[in-house]
Amino acid sequence: MTVALAIPCFIDAFFPEVGIASLELLERLGVDVTYPQGQTCCGQPMANNGCQGAAKGAEAHFVDLFGDFDAVVMPSGSCVHHLRDHLDAVPQTDRVKHVRAHTYELVEYLHDVLQVRDFPWAEFPHKVGLHNSCGTLRSLRTASMSEMGETPFSKPLDLLHGVRGIEVVMPARPDECCGFGGTFSVAEDAVSGRMGLDKVRDHQQAGADYIVSADTSCLMHQQGCARRAGLPLRFIHIAQILNGARA
Amino acid sequence: MSAGTDKTKPVDHAGAAAAFVADTPHLAFHDRRLWELRQKRDGQMHVIPEWQELRSLASAIKEHTLSRLADYLEQFEAQAKARGVTVHWARNAEEHNATVLRIMREHKAKTLAKSKSMLTEECEMAPFLERHGITITETDLGERIQQLDGQAPSHIVVPAVHKLREDVARVFARTIGGDPNNADPNALAEHARVTTRPLMLDADIGMTGANFLVAETGAVVVCTNEGNADLSANIPKVHIVSAGIEKLIPRQADLGVFIRLLSRSALGSPITQYTSHFRGPRAGAEMHIILVDNGRSQRLGEEDFWPSLKCIRCGACMNTCPVYRRSGGLSYGAVYSGPIGAIINPSYDPMRYSTLPFASTLNGSCTSVCPVKINIHDQLYKWRRVIAERGLLPKNKALSLRIAGYVLASPRLYRLATGAARMAVRHLPRALLYSKLNSWGRDREVPAAPKESFAAWAARNRPVKR
Repeated sequence: MTVALAIPCFIDAFFPEVGIASLELLERLGVDVTYPQGQTCCGQPMANNGCQGAAKGAEAHFVDLFGDFDAVVMPSGSCVHHLRDHLDAVPQTDRVKHVRAHTYELVEYLHDVLQVRDFPWAEFPHKVGLHNSCGTLRSLRTASMSEMGETPFSKPLDLLHGVRGIEVVMPARPDECCGFGGTFSVAEDAVSGRMGLDKVRDHQQAGADYIVSADTSCLMHQQGCARRAGLPLRFIHIAQILNGARA
Repeated sequence: MSAGTDKTKPVDHAGAAAAFVADTPHLAFHDRRLWELRQKRDGQMHVIPEWQELRSLASAIKEHTLSRLADYLEQFEAQAKARGVTVHWARNAEEHNATVLRIMREHKAKTLAKSKSMLTEECEMAPFLERHGITITETDLGERIQQLDGQAPSHIVVPAVHKLREDVARVFARTIGGDPNNADPNALAEHARVTTRPLMLDADIGMTGANFLVAETGAVVVCTNEGNADLSANIPKVHIVSAGIEKLIPRQADLGVFIRLLSRSALGSPITQYTSHFRGPRAGAEMHIILVDNGRSQRLGEEDFWPSLKCIRCGACMNTCPVYRRSGGLSYGAVYSGPIGAIINPSYDPMRYSTLPFASTLNGSCTSVCPVKINIHDQLYKWRRVIAERGLLPKNKALSLRIAGYVLASPRLYRLATGAARMAVRHLPRALLYSKLNSWGRDREVPAAPKESFAAWAARNRPVKR
């Protein structure tokens, strides 16, 4: 079993600690994981703007780099959603189909493939609010959606329950989008910023000290909104907590 | 707050939305009020164990009907005619409006009392009739407020939801008299009732929309909470029904599925106060039904976009939409706002409405609440492609995406670009970093930039094994 770690562009460039935690966590769990050098982007920013043609190069490069692995793990729900559901700028060869079918979001991989529940090295003595990105919630389905009335489930919470000392608090609107939305955040910056502010305030009112998520893009946006508003909230990727970060 | 009326330019949703966001009291009320409707809808869903089955059934009935629409339309026409209804066909808005005017003239009618109808908004009927000397009275309270204010409805179910009661008091004071400082809801509602009711009772002709047309019986079904449609239909000697051809359902037995879903999805109430079935003219009166296409058959032929014709106009997608709640219906600059509007409007005018499919984070909650399971967020995604392929993206956006695509296809250029971005964030003075060009920085802080990328860390700490 060869497993590759794919690190999204914004994590690579601005949040290396999330990549490091993801890599160390997989290694700790005994996964023979490789980080192939030369990674760029999955193509999502172009494709989500309708520019399939412009996404083609990045998509082809992604498949080139990862086509030989049995599994690809990514600590980013929205990228995995793109790869799985929308990677169609390139011809749908067997190699492309293989990559699309064998790319996992980190929480999914831990929960469904490795089926780990205990993280004995992890302790996080803080109140945290969980943010499920819309991609993980409604496309990857790693948690139940409040608007569907389904039996509640949450893969990220199943994992976080294996961490000592953690206290999870629930915001009033748990599934409300935080307003990042990729280029939406700059094209519709006023609405995006307001959504982000409402989101972080909701978590703060629920008593959260930290907001944790499997999506760094949402966190980057929320962190920016919280800092602008002077809120003392802190932001952390779920991989960091599961890997044993204490703060 | 409106997104502008210059029809030769794309709607400036972002600009109108920014103005809406800047008005905190209105924004906060709008968001809270619509979220309340979403929560009430959730409450109704929870007490109906078969909710998801109902949605599937409603979707299947609509799909079936649309797949045999011509047959059901003819069946409906035959049934309605057999009961003494005059059925008119209108290919487009012009034919619809001309038909209404002709009926008005045949009866030397000068006044029209109408209940809510998005279709007449779509056909821009009111300005047309007014140009021909007809006086129209909107009888739905929210529509009446919007009519008096000279504004389009901002929501398909609660047309004046973007207004505070203080706004309503001022609109009334300006148009139908009253104290601009008395914003008591009961007083306002009573004032509207007292001033509107005589116009309803005296109207020459009454008009309603239709929520459902039953092919089997030729019945028109209208759902309201104020009973205003019943007054519009039952008091004047002539009742005109304006209905889009997608309103068809095959059988009376199918109706229950939709009635159970409609008001629960819309307002979180089990049913509307009135569900009225009109099956023919009253003794001594006339009933006309105008069946309007206006782009619907064309959309039915579009592989990706026909499912929007399943829409029963409940507004649930608007209530759940975090963008709609924070931008207001008028920011969409179109008859239909919110997520459903963003997928319907571009089929009428792709250039003008090219911005609307981008007024979304693609979060997908619209799709989850839709009672007829329209794949709204998938269609938003597909519309973006159509708009880009037709060259309707803003020029600078299209160019920067092309450049981004080029850079992201090359590990070398990618390293240069991300390295430069880190350098900029680390070393640019704040005034420069948060310049006007940085729309990210208008509303939020830029993340701190680390010294090295993850790739650089990995190259040092995990030399490649393969």
